[in-house]
Amino acid sequence: MNRSLRPLAATAVIFALAYAASILQFPGMFSTRVLGNFLTDNAFLGITAVGMTFVIISGGIDLSVGAVIGFTGVLVAVLIGWFGLHPLVAFAIALVVAAAFGAAMGAAIHYLEVPPFIVTLAGMFLARGTASVITQDSIPVTHEFYSKVTSTYWLMPGGGRLSLIGALMVLVFIVGALVAHRTRFGSNVYALGGNAVSAALMGVPVARTTILIYTLSATLSGLAGIVFSLYTSAGYPLAAVGVELDAIGAVVIGGTLLTGGYGFIAGTFIGVMLQGLVQTYIIFDGTLSSWWTKIVIGGLLFVFIVLQRLVFSASSSRSKVFWKLKHE
Amino acid sequence: MVDQATDNPFVLEARGVIKIFGQSRALDGVNFGLRRGEVHALLGENGAGKSTLIKILTGAYQPDGGEVLLDGAPVHFADPLNAQAHGIGTVYQEVNLLPNRSVAENLFLGRQPTRFGFVRKSVIEKQARELLSRYGLDIDVQAELGTYSVAVQQIVAIARAVELSGKVLVLDEPTASLDKLEVEKLFEVVNQLKQRGMAIVFITHFLDQVFAISDRVTILRNGRLIGTEPLSGLSRTDVVRMMLGKDITFAPAVTGIEERAAGPALVEFKECGKVGKIRPFSLKVRRGEVVGVAGLLGSGRTEMARLMFGADQCDAGEIRIGDKPVSLGSPAQAIAHGFGFCPEDRKIEGILGDLSVRENIVIALQGKLGWFKALNRDEQMEIAGKFAEDLDIRAASLDMPVKLLSGGNQQKVILARWLATDPNFLILDEPTRGIDVGAHAEIVRTINRLREEGLALLVISSELDEIVAYSSRIVVMRDREMVAELTGDNINPSVIVQAIAAQHETLSAEGASA
Repeated sequence: MNRSLRPLAATAVIFALAYAASILQFPGMFSTRVLGNFLTDNAFLGITAVGMTFVIISGGIDLSVGAVIGFTGVLVAVLIGWFGLHPLVAFAIALVVAAAFGAAMGAAIHYLEVPPFIVTLAGMFLARGTASVITQDSIPVTHEFYSKVTSTYWLMPGGGRLSLIGALMVLVFIVGALVAHRTRFGSNVYALGGNAVSAALMGVPVARTTILIYTLSATLSGLAGIVFSLYTSAGYPLAAVGVELDAIGAVVIGGTLLTGGYGFIAGTFIGVMLQGLVQTYIIFDGTLSSWWTKIVIGGLLFVFIVLQRLVFSASSSRSKVFWKLKHE
Repeated sequence: MVDQATDNPFVLEARGVIKIFGQSRALDGVNFGLRRGEVHALLGENGAGKSTLIKILTGAYQPDGGEVLLDGAPVHFADPLNAQAHGIGTVYQEVNLLPNRSVAENLFLGRQPTRFGFVRKSVIEKQARELLSRYGLDIDVQAELGTYSVAVQQIVAIARAVELSGKVLVLDEPTASLDKLEVEKLFEVVNQLKQRGMAIVFITHFLDQVFAISDRVTILRNGRLIGTEPLSGLSRTDVVRMMLGKDITFAPAVTGIEERAAGPALVEFKECGKVGKIRPFSLKVRRGEVVGVAGLLGSGRTEMARLMFGADQCDAGEIRIGDKPVSLGSPAQAIAHGFGFCPEDRKIEGILGDLSVRENIVIALQGKLGWFKALNRDEQMEIAGKFAEDLDIRAASLDMPVKLLSGGNQQKVILARWLATDPNFLILDEPTRGIDVGAHAEIVRTINRLREEGLALLVISSELDEIVAYSSRIVVMRDREMVAELTGDNINPSVIVQAIAAQHETLSAEGASA
């Protein structure tokens, strides 16, 4: 098997085993209702994690995503509540602001040659700080559009509800996978993560690609912020604190190499679902502290980083391919 | 050999090219002309200027003087991509492709055919298979490039470069990590490209390969052009002589040293070797003698020094100090035994540029003493001051960063660093490279003085007149093997040149009969 597929396969197997074990204990977890809740509850995390996957495959990191979610939520709530804009207009403005923010970070990373860790850390403080300056409190959003959207769902067989935001997350994953694996931009992202110097020598537009990657990540975080505001019907400056780490965790658990160059959008989906599974298990159990989610995710992360290390160092001794000559 | 008539003009030409780094001239008025359908070898030792010339021809550097002409017209390459667009492709020793992507994608990155914005993978894969089959390569193009051997990666890199450029192909030490069979396959590809009319620049330090495949050779030394000749008129000895710059007309060696040095061995290496680095060698080094190591770049000189200092570990053989077998698992152990090592590339492996002269001098001694016996500032000043005076290190202050010193003074700082540890065996890898003539003579004097003080020294150098001036014995390295040990009257440049070139003559005789 292709070695980069191994961590992905491992994630899928672990998810299947964990889900099977949960079902044995709580048969009620095997239903489309639970699946529907999975998707809805983790929509903002999943959408963020898609952007994070691109960033990490390119060899970077984006610490600003949680803060951008918080900022976007506040911005949307303010635009709707204080300025009386229609939510769709507010969404468009929020996405443009988030995209510009990401583009600025990407430009700083490329042109100033500052490590992504530092730039996005600064971005994180900037976004979180700005959101907190606008308001210290949670701003409720009471608009009929919101109630309409949140009550929109498709009924799945078995009575589960696929909410609009859950469906949106699935759509983002599908589009993300197509972009990553089937477009030139996707190839360039992998090329940057593989070897930035070689990529430049091979004609990859490094500046444009870097800026686009962080623009994409911030835009998706903005979208996640909108989803979060729909999910909670409010904008709160301290929303989604630490989500950047959940997203990074989901990406790594999904088989993406933290050093870049290898990874799958589909793996990230399983990574997000695995986090959702642990949360759901804790709810079903009822006695466990919700902090167990963090402990399990921490343990899984550790296992996966070790696993990747093993897979990639074991196969780095190159297999010899015997020459086959046409005229022989 | 095909006669390159004047009706075959230069495809790519450098005229009087000058490149200056800091105060030194990396290239000093070099001319270089490349014709269609030839393989043109570019030779020279480290620091000769071959990589600088290549970087100018491929747009990575801009010349400070002279001009580059493409098809007879002056041309300016902004960067390697721009040179590629003009038809000049380069394949480096370290394959500059993407090991994490598929073979097909590596061939087509940046020019993938798309439909509705989506890359047409099946088209790319089909074209990749067709392209590689022309190079005799039938591999799974969907597999990651990194899973294939370096040889396959080289062919893929060549295929990409030829596809994108098509006029000139620069091969920068492509064979350095290939085995014999792989080199043959690579040469088949190169010959095929030559037939198609590509102009090929071939850089290597394996002389056999130069003679096996090249039509003409250009030799550089110390940034100057020594000559461009058809290889048919040259012997291997001629080539080595041109590279090392010896017209074999200089003073005889210092004699009478080796008689005195017949005492017991201080350190003995018995059949020490490391697979893929250096074949097993045996060598005794005694107190009060200098063992010179001669050989071309890539002959295993540095590998030998690294084994001796524990920077790499032998996988065979035995090392004895006095009568006791010892193991050298790390440089720290070697230092504990009283070894010192001044590496070849002092900027990367030697000096700690931002630290002061004082700190650079005391660091090895401090390492030897351990963490708990910290030298205080006064002690450091005293030690550094003593050696700075001994070795005549010219620094405005002992507290200035060492990177501000000249090359010769930096070299002396590294020497002082090891002398401060009171060593009994000192390994110097190219101690006079890249330093000016005056400092050069001082280093040679210092080596002689240390020998007289009873130190055992092993000195690697490609400067023949220098190495014969201080060596009690000379070992000659070739193709990662120790091939000769010269003593007495044999310590002279012409014998060394013969020893370096000898095997190549026999090899090619075998090759010709095969």
